Amino acid sequence: MTETNLAVKKLKEKFPNSILEVKAFRNEVTVSVPKKEILEICRFLHSDSDLQYHLLTDLCGLDHFPQTPRFEVVYHLCSVKTNQRLRLKTRVGESESIVSVESVWKVANWYEREAYDLLGISFENHSDLRRIMLWDGYEGHPLRKDFPVEGPDFDKPFVPEV
Amino acid sequence: MTINMGPQHPATHGVLRVVLELDGEIIVKATPHLGHLHRGMEKLAESKTYHQAIPLTDRLDYTNAMGNNLAYVLAVEKLLGIEVPKRAQYIRVLMAELQRIAAHLIWLGTHALDIGAMTLLLYNFREREDILRIFEEVAGGRLTPTYLRIGGLSKDLPEGVEEKIKAFVQAFPDHIKEYEALLTKNVIWMKRTKGVGIFSKEDALSFGVTGPTLRGSGVKYDVRKAFPYSSYEEFDFEIPIGTVGDVYDRYIVRLREMEWSNAIVEQALERLPKGPIIANDPRVTLPPKDDVLSDIASLIRQFKIVSEGFYPPQGEVYASVEASKGELGFYIVSDGSNRPYRLRIRTPSFANLSALSKMIEGSLIADVIAVIGSIDIVLGEVDR
Repeated sequence: MTETNLAVKKLKEKFPNSILEVKAFRNEVTVSVPKKEILEICRFLHSDSDLQYHLLTDLCGLDHFPQTPRFEVVYHLCSVKTNQRLRLKTRVGESESIVSVESVWKVANWYEREAYDLLGISFENHSDLRRIMLWDGYEGHPLRKDFPVEGPDFDKPFVPEV
Repeated sequence: MTINMGPQHPATHGVLRVVLELDGEIIVKATPHLGHLHRGMEKLAESKTYHQAIPLTDRLDYTNAMGNNLAYVLAVEKLLGIEVPKRAQYIRVLMAELQRIAAHLIWLGTHALDIGAMTLLLYNFREREDILRIFEEVAGGRLTPTYLRIGGLSKDLPEGVEEKIKAFVQAFPDHIKEYEALLTKNVIWMKRTKGVGIFSKEDALSFGVTGPTLRGSGVKYDVRKAFPYSSYEEFDFEIPIGTVGDVYDRYIVRLREMEWSNAIVEQALERLPKGPIIANDPRVTLPPKDDVLSDIASLIRQFKIVSEGFYPPQGEVYASVEASKGELGFYIVSDGSNRPYRLRIRTPSFANLSALSKMIEGSLIADVIAVIGSIDIVLGEVDR
């Protein structure tokens, strides 16, 4: 499965040193790449004439607390032309930031804002990195594994300052 | 001038707040503010077993509960590697398509109401009521039926309901003609929707827009065709697309979609196979109730599944369906425990709404209402 996937083959040709791992599970291909190459790889997958991953279906963050590097950013790509899906993953440390892919797919703007809001992953070169679900001034990032499901948040006022 | 639209505004279809910067009546900049309905579902799901997360999904896009259930159970079934019986797959398709019609009826009624055509809403809710009555009979619930289970369905179709669905399917094409008679060639309707909120193919893809909003812009992408699930490859239907990408095109696309959904329901009813409605997998599915009351092994199995759930293999899966608003996907990361390590919900309205600013900047303030109606958002799934 991983050998026959065109995207994986092309990625291995173009970026021979930056494909860390290729996994297949339930007919889905996941490619792990280093954080610094992510923008280049996304640009390539988007613009290559055989692949044409024009649709960024989803972008989300994962918290692997207490492992280091702590976070993982997951990109779900879809090609409307060839009806193929591809998952890209990259690890990001707690105090690090990752470059935004907003210049490739505009929808990344909101997805990255969500990852920033709920997990506290920061994105470089993002045009408008603000919280999206929670209000400005909220403390903490609820989707982190060390954020309690109930507790300290409840005795704080829920009214944001406007 | 800056004006604040929402969050308590009837035409924003929920608690959406848009800050509009105006130059006269022209919109210079539009900034949507979300989160008023944020319930933290993704976080909540991490502390629930896989079965317990099903009712949460009803509350995403509350007009499309069956479709949401379907997307979630498909993802869990993919993770577990379970094969669902044919009859259950067909009933799932049947329910999902009825739900799509119901969801599109709400869209049509409210969209027309926003623009000023009030009559249609009353017609639409009449037909929607028929569908909800069917759901009530089948599942016990109307808005949030929670009918699907991991591996199949909660129960088989009750007696007599097939005739009711058949009666609905036969009557529905005439109702669509009624709606069209009120709107499609209506001069006011055309003036309010043609050439408004035009969205190009390239922009639509870049903004991650899916569903009728994407197809209105002329991209033939439908998850039911591109990545068939639940036996959709066995049904005959077409994907209607628009040419210009304006509000009117999206209206036409959704109307045609309702016709095709109706056709799919008809096909599913005709070819409905006999057989079990839930997979027989002792790890996952509950034993039959009679066995639980008479057999100790079944009682233990029921108790274990209800209290503790099941333990899927480690791994990650993404499964998606064509919901009424677009591609609804669930990305589940499993660490081998009985609760999802991460449950990410990719909702269509979130991505579709991100395109709103692009669609309305430079247009008139009155068109904002038409455009919001035409991208058909539900804030329950934008905010999750």
